[in-house]
Amino acid sequence: MRMTVKMLSATVAALTLGTCAALAGPDDDQLVINGDLEIATEAPAPAHLDGALGDTIYSGWRYREDETQSVQADDFDNPGMLGVEKARDLWVESAGTGEESCQSCHGEPEEMAGVSPTYPKWDETAGEVQTLTMQINECRTERMGAEPFAYDKSDAVDMTALLTSVSRGMPVNVAIDGPAEETWQRGHDLYYTRFGQMELSCANCHEDNNGQMIRADHLSQGQSNGFPVYRLKNTKLNGVQDRFKGCIRDTLAETFAPGSPELIALELYVASRGNGLSVEGPSVRN
Amino acid sequence: MAEGVKPRVRVPKEASVGEAILIKTLISHQMESGQRKDDAGNTIPRSIINRFTVDFEGENVIDVTLEPAISTNPYFEFEATVPTSGTFVFTWYDDDGDVYTDEQSITVS
Amino acid sequence: MNFTRRKTLMTGATAFAAAMLPFGAYAALSDDAIAEFTGGAEVGSEGITLTAPEIAENGNTVPIEVEAPGAVSIMVLAAGNPNPDVGTFNFGPLAARQYASTRIRLAGTQDVIAVAKMQDGSFVQASTEVKVTIGGCGG
Repeated sequence: MRMTVKMLSATVAALTLGTCAALAGPDDDQLVINGDLEIATEAPAPAHLDGALGDTIYSGWRYREDETQSVQADDFDNPGMLGVEKARDLWVESAGTGEESCQSCHGEPEEMAGVSPTYPKWDETAGEVQTLTMQINECRTERMGAEPFAYDKSDAVDMTALLTSVSRGMPVNVAIDGPAEETWQRGHDLYYTRFGQMELSCANCHEDNNGQMIRADHLSQGQSNGFPVYRLKNTKLNGVQDRFKGCIRDTLAETFAPGSPELIALELYVASRGNGLSVEGPSVRN
Repeated sequence: MAEGVKPRVRVPKEASVGEAILIKTLISHQMESGQRKDDAGNTIPRSIINRFTVDFEGENVIDVTLEPAISTNPYFEFEATVPTSGTFVFTWYDDDGDVYTDEQSITVS
Repeated sequence: MNFTRRKTLMTGATAFAAAMLPFGAYAALSDDAIAEFTGGAEVGSEGITLTAPEIAENGNTVPIEVEAPGAVSIMVLAAGNPNPDVGTFNFGPLAARQYASTRIRLAGTQDVIAVAKMQDGSFVQASTEVKVTIGGCGG
């Protein structure tokens, strides 16, 4: 597999003679977790992308070195699963005035399989697009009479990781039409807006330059199917909006806060760019 | 006790006599190196797990000295051979004096 | 220069040298650590394997493996870290082989060194350079 990548780089280097092309595109590796859970790390590009990412979308897992990839292939090796285990304790813990836990209504976490791939989604009662974190917090405040989790902080991220973990292998499938369309369009516009002193949009890196190097790192398509992500860099689980916040901050911009309308819209739009990829959270990245 | 420290071990339930048994361990721990500074610029004091031992029925398998260069959530993989059925005892020693243990039995036939 | 912090790591002449030439001094620290481990004995190079990635995607979590058949213990050092000590694996009678794998922190591109003490009191050493990449956005 390594061989293929090297041969490919050689070919491309030859094609782009005279330029300093640093090729770091997706490799050909396949992800099977725990020996039996097959993960689709590539899928046909959704129609709404209109070819912006070519024919195929790729999970960020395919852009990583073998050592990083292998950590995600076994739940014991994956430190992100520590967050999932913590959330299993939270799941059964009675919180708030109603003395109810998540389990009181939902049973085992495994019964939530299939839920996370559809988020963010339109909530008719609330009259807005809700992320999975918002839904969890709605359960806590409206149903359980408990305090909401701080957005994208440890409890919230652990709980979303539990909910994605039971949906791993299922395709991301967020709706972009109907009542969600307005929010989706807003997210789309944000994705193509240049921010900060560097004047960079999400698209400048993850659409125009994925497969290239950014300094010594491989630029992926910026897919969100792997969130929450255990990053080797900060050795903790990271929520998707916290990541957006960091990306926008790194353009030297005044960034948006997790839970803000802007990042909710962006989360829906970015998720829709990965419709068809398997849910991987908690994944492992650098 | 340091917050949120949870040991995990993976040992096969069964093995044959003389078989090399692959063991994996992971413990959730910040492993604060003593090299970092907080937002106010003050050095965050070192707080790590400094020793990890594995014994089987009173005999040692491995005894590890850990320094601050071991990553957050210390992970170890190693192999043991045991003569009989019995119990592995895993012990992690924290700088703050806390000791975390876990046990795992194995049937040897 | 934060001299007091360095002083906690090193003493006397070493600290002075470090203040002048940090990288050279860190390497000297790992030499000191090896000398202490071996008692100054000659160190061979056969019979020990150190496996580490050629390129680590992030220096905070770098997987390594060491193996030295017949070793009593294996010490691992990161020559370019401010404190080169990483850890020491002491093998008991029930170790199936003198092998261990873990994840370590590397402050930058540098040599990782493993030194094994064998049953007969001799020492062997292996080292490998690990390139630590700098992330796209400063990480």
